[in-house]
Amino acid sequence: MSFEIRLRKRLGDRDIALDLAAGAGATILFGPSGAGKTSVLNMVAGLLRPDAGTIRVAGETLFDASAGIDLPPERRRAGYVFQDARLFPHLRVRDNLRYAFPGRPLDLARIAFLGIDQLLDRWPRALSGGEARRVAIGRALLSDPAFLLLDEPLSSLDAARREEISVAIEHLRDVARLPILMVTHDAGEARRLGMRIVPMDA
Amino acid sequence: MLTAAEWEIVLLSLQVGGAALLVTLPIAFALAWLLARTTFPGKILLDAAIHLPLVVPPVVTGWLLLLAFAPAGPLGRLLEQTFGISVLFRWTGAAIAAGIMALPLMVRAIRLSLEAVDRRLEGAARTLGASPARVFRTITLPLALPGVLAGTVLGFARALGEFGATITFVSNVPGQTQTLPLAIYSALQQPGGDAMVLRLSAISVALSLAALVASELLARRAGRGVHVL
Repeated sequence: MSFEIRLRKRLGDRDIALDLAAGAGATILFGPSGAGKTSVLNMVAGLLRPDAGTIRVAGETLFDASAGIDLPPERRRAGYVFQDARLFPHLRVRDNLRYAFPGRPLDLARIAFLGIDQLLDRWPRALSGGEARRVAIGRALLSDPAFLLLDEPLSSLDAARREEISVAIEHLRDVARLPILMVTHDAGEARRLGMRIVPMDA
Repeated sequence: MLTAAEWEIVLLSLQVGGAALLVTLPIAFALAWLLARTTFPGKILLDAAIHLPLVVPPVVTGWLLLLAFAPAGPLGRLLEQTFGISVLFRWTGAAIAAGIMALPLMVRAIRLSLEAVDRRLEGAARTLGASPARVFRTITLPLALPGVLAGTVLGFARALGEFGATITFVSNVPGQTQTLPLAIYSALQQPGGDAMVLRLSAISVALSLAALVASELLARRAGRGVHVL
């Protein structure tokens, strides 16, 4: 199993509950905004603490409320691509990409499929939305993740950019063979990229 | 343009202001962090207490410092017994007074700059494998730095202008505690001191103006998301 997630979380006045056991490939959390999809990603990444439940990814227990296990985010090896990219504004693209391993030379071959070689000396504020998202994917990949969390990776991009990023995600799913947990509210996107689709209701 | 004695006053003021900053900055940063990033019972009281020097008459602050650092006072006795020193009538005492008066301004500026740091970026750094200490060093501090520097410069300007608490606490001793404002005050009491008042006042205004401009430029940088280092 790549993702085994059972969790409950009360956030404000809504309850998020999810019970999911997924094999290899890409798993899509699909549902309207407000269903708590991003909160699920945050809980898998360790940025938000579930009230109860367990989170296991690729056989490793990241969180288990009853056993008192709660790995800090830096030990979960999540490659989290945030919807808003969250590039570090005070670091150039190159240093954003190298953030996880500042001592390592930048492994451009590994992220060649993203087409960001030309952007290395730019500041994040000088990137378009599509460029920023590709850099964010590259930064996550270069952290040697054990799995990927993608939050609306195709939202607010034009058709050409959506195609580029879709191809990149397919590459990660089929060539790098990383387990992927992806959030979307777009049915076409879900059908194209997902091996299985988990509906979440608001 | 300035006489040798006047230069000494300027240098003494810079020394007092610089020492005040050196001691106050880490304390101000720690307090700003507590206020910006933590919740605890009595937080509003701590916040109010830090701001007291801004609103209490400086002469009261000076008197309280005098009580604390007098030979029989708690801090005065401690310093005397541990290091065999006293800060009374010394430039170190002037630096303490200046530091206390600068503290609220610095805490305010640093707190605002810490609050302006996007916590989600810190979360992103954690998911990339960074420990909380590394996140602080590589994300939080660089992003807050323009605001921290702006607050520091502002605090320095405030320290240079300190008058009431200083003269109450450590008196007006030439060469020790007679900083720019105190020297101006003394010159005003002397017949024929007008020229000196004019020159020292001009220096004071120039230093304050430079500090305010520097602080404003740094604060604007922080606001634009442009970073100093």
